Amino acid sequence: MAVLPPEFGRSKSAFVERILGLRWNVVLLLSLVAGIGVAALYSAADGNMQPWATKQMTRFAIALAPMLGAALLGLRRWFRIAYWTYIVTLVLIVAVDMRGFVGMGAQRWIDLGIIQLQPSELMSITLVLSLGRYFHSLSDENISKLRYFILPSLMTLIPTVLVLKQPDLGTAMVILMSGIVVMFIAGVRLRLFAICISVVGMCLPIVWKALRDYQKLRIYTFLDPDSDPLGAGYHILQSKIALGSGGLFGKGFLLGTQSHLSFLPEKQTDFIFTTLAEEFGLIGGFMLLALYAALIAYGFVIGLRCRSHFGRLLCLGIVTNFFLYVFINIAMVTGLIPVVGIPLPLISYGGTAMLTVMIGMGLMMSVYLDQDVRLNRVGEAHTD
Amino acid sequence: MLGTLAARLFQLQIVDSDRYVVLSDENRINLRLLTPPRGRILDRFGIPLADNRQDYHLVITAEQAGNIPATLDALAALIEIEEADRARVMREVRRKHSFVPVVVRDNLSWDEMARVEVAVPELPGISVEQGLTRNYPFRETAAHVIGYVAAVSEDEQTGDPLLELPDFRIGKAGIEKAQDGTLRGTAGTRQVEINAVGRVVRELARIDGDPGQDVVIGLDAAMQEFVTRRCANEPSVSSVLLDAISGEVLALVSSPAFDPALFTDGLKPAVWRQLSSDSRHPLANKAIAGIYPPGSTFKPVAALAALTAGVLTPETAITCTGQLALGNAVFHCWRKGGHGTLRLRDAIKKSCDVFFYETARRLGIDRLAAMANRLGYGAPLGIDIPGEKGGLIPTQAWKLDTTGAAWQAGETLIAGIGQGSVLATPLQIATMVARLVSGRAVVPHFLRSAGIMTEEGGAAQPDFPEIGVDLDARALVLDGMNAVVNEPGGTAYAARIAEPEFAMGGKSGTSQVRRISQYERDHGLRKIDEIPWKDRDHALFVAFAPVSTPRYVCATVVEHAGFGSEVAAPICRDVLREVQLRDPARRVPAKNTVARSLSPTVPPLDALTTDRG
Repeated sequence: MAVLPPEFGRSKSAFVERILGLRWNVVLLLSLVAGIGVAALYSAADGNMQPWATKQMTRFAIALAPMLGAALLGLRRWFRIAYWTYIVTLVLIVAVDMRGFVGMGAQRWIDLGIIQLQPSELMSITLVLSLGRYFHSLSDENISKLRYFILPSLMTLIPTVLVLKQPDLGTAMVILMSGIVVMFIAGVRLRLFAICISVVGMCLPIVWKALRDYQKLRIYTFLDPDSDPLGAGYHILQSKIALGSGGLFGKGFLLGTQSHLSFLPEKQTDFIFTTLAEEFGLIGGFMLLALYAALIAYGFVIGLRCRSHFGRLLCLGIVTNFFLYVFINIAMVTGLIPVVGIPLPLISYGGTAMLTVMIGMGLMMSVYLDQDVRLNRVGEAHTD
Repeated sequence: MLGTLAARLFQLQIVDSDRYVVLSDENRINLRLLTPPRGRILDRFGIPLADNRQDYHLVITAEQAGNIPATLDALAALIEIEEADRARVMREVRRKHSFVPVVVRDNLSWDEMARVEVAVPELPGISVEQGLTRNYPFRETAAHVIGYVAAVSEDEQTGDPLLELPDFRIGKAGIEKAQDGTLRGTAGTRQVEINAVGRVVRELARIDGDPGQDVVIGLDAAMQEFVTRRCANEPSVSSVLLDAISGEVLALVSSPAFDPALFTDGLKPAVWRQLSSDSRHPLANKAIAGIYPPGSTFKPVAALAALTAGVLTPETAITCTGQLALGNAVFHCWRKGGHGTLRLRDAIKKSCDVFFYETARRLGIDRLAAMANRLGYGAPLGIDIPGEKGGLIPTQAWKLDTTGAAWQAGETLIAGIGQGSVLATPLQIATMVARLVSGRAVVPHFLRSAGIMTEEGGAAQPDFPEIGVDLDARALVLDGMNAVVNEPGGTAYAARIAEPEFAMGGKSGTSQVRRISQYERDHGLRKIDEIPWKDRDHALFVAFAPVSTPRYVCATVVEHAGFGSEVAAPICRDVLREVQLRDPARRVPAKNTVARSLSPTVPPLDALTTDRG
């Protein structure tokens, strides 16, 4: 993958201009959120930089590079390689299924040495990329036709099913919903969605059968978490206790009893929001939500301002994807939806999640930089 | 949609916050009970009969120890560690959380404890912990009085969380049970912060409980020990020593006994089987729960009843021909040839059966029963330890009620010599004599409300009500009992106390375990060692001393021993002599004195008269 921007060779000043033109306030927002994440990990380790905080900080610093690279690569090039990124990710997912090793009871990782790559998370980005390209190339009259709906549906459903089989219900949901949102924004008719939903509805019993016992249990316990407080409902209940006992101002940094006395499950990954909200209370939780809202708002503004269909779909798809991660994670730890195992972007400890978010943000900035670039059906740029 | 999340957070963190704060504290704060040390049980002079022993046990904490086999090896170089313990430790370490201490060895001696403590810096994860274990310094000597403690059983749970502690012990028998409330104390509490796997992170608060209070009983440990040793010569004995004036039980022995310490950590099934299948019933307190026909020891009751009712005077003469016919039944005297003509004093002295058949016949069963009840028979006396039996004094109404049949005159005759339906405990027999000598309705008891006896004096005399029996009548019966022991021809003359100032009076008894058959009457009784042990008669003796101013009463029942005057009387003699030497009712012995003659002499058998009482 080319890291150097296309303009690099032509004009040095253009490249500098491009860097200066980046939305640095987005980078600032990202750094703020990541900083909160490091603090949360520091607290989760009982006030130690080890084993999580230092590593997470390093990852964020390193991930800034692919982000900038993604931003500077240029929308046109992304358009060209869109399908390839999708295919590569799909192959990686299949590879994970074939020879991935068991981690947390689920086969999700490829060990790349530096990070344990979880290609399913990358898929949510590359799917948006390739769907963006597909619908960009589609004429308006074809969009509403059923046969042009089949390919994007397959592009969405294949990785969804593969990830579901890993089994990773949360990521599968994010992939599926990202695909649906992109198609919706692209203008696919509601009628087609209605057909889709009925098909999905018919498939539900089959999906239910395909679910692992623990996944079924999670849905059961979601429906009635207090029924078995020491069994499967333990995680949700303990998380709610942590949040509720935090109150308005929280128990104070490093003073969260629920997380420090190990009542919280997965406190450094999926349940890290609970650690934060226990120690910083409603105010802390609201501030983090506000930061996320600001990032999402930026994304929407950039997406809506973009002139190219591809850029708009890409940006909105990525923002939606980002939003889904935030929403599902927080809704999960607050007991609004079942526990599905989704990290909180930029805060949860984990390499792939960090990388995915940062590349997504890079793509978003790339759209911003090239918001005025027009692309024809095959992706050739023509500026006004 | 982010608004939904915000609303949800608001709901959890503001609206429902109070509920979750409580839940969070319930999560992390654990209330631990502190077991109060159990009160001691002291004898009348303050000698502990039950106390708590510092128990050192060695524990290993896996997470600190690291290499457990190596640590155990190092430990084995210092103290003995059995292979079984080692295997158990390895097993428990695997099963439990690594921060939970696992007991390596219990009951470390002071020496072993010191050796380990010195080496602790080189033994990571090893620590010596202290606990309190119930300790019975006199072992089986006072087992039936003191009782024992054991783990709380399901049906003893009252909801008091103290009872649910795994190391809590509750009184199960004897004083331990009767005074459990006083001995137990109240639990302290310790608030600790724990984490999700239960490890204690820190202590938040501590409230010390009240230790259990000491209980002082009237028992004299030295006498108890003496009586126990004296009884050890026979397979199955019970003996009661009372202060006839105060009613205090100075010694109460049921032999064989058991070691109460066996129960503290749970009785091993094999030991339990052995104890419960023993035909001598070591677990039963025969002194208060063994019921025996009192036999001839009942004759003073009949005498007193007859004198009181006026059916007999001291001068009434009755002729004993060796048998008495009533209707078509014949009642035999123990002496085949008969005693000739007797008055009451001699009848008691020689324990003439025919004299008391006639006495009972003149009295009628109901008047006899009324006197027996006044003297403490027929119902539990209410001694302050559990398990007392009431024995039985039959009446006409009782027989009609229980069997539906009418009372037979012959049954009255049999009752007059303490046989038939008459049943009593050794404690009742002793109490009867205590009431006889004091003239008051003495109730035997253990608890000493006055506490430990001091040089200044003991307790105020308990004010028992008069039994309302004429002093002359009592004096006559007591004189008869004096003659039993101290006059040649008395049934227990051989068991008299040599020193005149210590002389005792008493009454022997033999209670038949099975009827004497006509064949045996015709062909002479079998020799005692020809009869199976279980079929032999019980030997009874009850005595008071000194004869002039009685203070101490001793009743002894030797199961399946034959004649009362042969086996039971010498025990009473030795016990009464010893108790008068010590005089625990009036004197505080010099510090650390034990009974003077710890090896009581048993006179050779052939020195005893073979008279039957």
